[in-house]
Amino acid sequence: MNRQKPSNEALLWMLFSAGGVIAAFLIPVHIFLFGLAFPLGWLPAPSYEHLMLLVRMPVVRIYLFLLCSVPLFHWAHRFRYTLYDGLQVKHLNEVIFTLCYGGALLGTGVAGYLLWRMA
Amino acid sequence: MNPSTAKPRPAYTEFHPRWYRPRVSVYWWLGEWQYLRFILRELSSVFVAAFVIATLLGLRALRNGPEAYARFLHRLQTPTAIVLSTISLFFVLFHTITWFNLAPRAMAIRLRGQRLPDIVIAAPNYVLWLVVSVAVGWLVLR
Repeated sequence: MNRQKPSNEALLWMLFSAGGVIAAFLIPVHIFLFGLAFPLGWLPAPSYEHLMLLVRMPVVRIYLFLLCSVPLFHWAHRFRYTLYDGLQVKHLNEVIFTLCYGGALLGTGVAGYLLWRMA
Repeated sequence: MNPSTAKPRPAYTEFHPRWYRPRVSVYWWLGEWQYLRFILRELSSVFVAAFVIATLLGLRALRNGPEAYARFLHRLQTPTAIVLSTISLFFVLFHTITWFNLAPRAMAIRLRGQRLPDIVIAAPNYVLWLVVSVAVGWLVLR
């Protein structure tokens, strides 16, 4: 009998896909504002008080949590397969898997901790 | 015909013959623009991860108070940070465009037996992207 081990590939692919959507829609404007527009003075940087006002709102915290966490799983999936196919390092399969998804889980933990403890 | 003068036939074996599999170079993706574009698209994920790390650093600075936030803003003004932000923006825009343009392939919607043209499925993504970007900018700048 050909019994397959239940695979978590479907779940990981869903996270990859969801992270791809979040990254595509949201990350460009964030990089444009905080990476270029504010540092180069094209637009006035928001004050500490204003950002804290935003971050204290639960909706914004959920938004920031999803913005940080899910795209990391997108990265984990793509980076894993780039190493497989691009550099042909299939023999390091398990190490790469652990490092990629471990990194994504770690980032999720840090994001959750920071946002939870944000006063 | 004398078997000893005939061409030798491949001997029968119980083992499966070895496949002919030419070794692919590690640099297979450098030769052709299509392949390079694929690898660059996949590598855009590295800049996505870098953005998340930068955002987490920013959140930590906010948590540590106004001085830490000012230092964070100052660090974003260094030439290194500007260069990294510019490269990141290019890669993430590449991700956005390739992601939106894949949507019509992922969902083939049929209307009265006709497949909707790609542009009809891709265009709403771009409109929504614009709306979402303006909304985020408005909230941050308000």
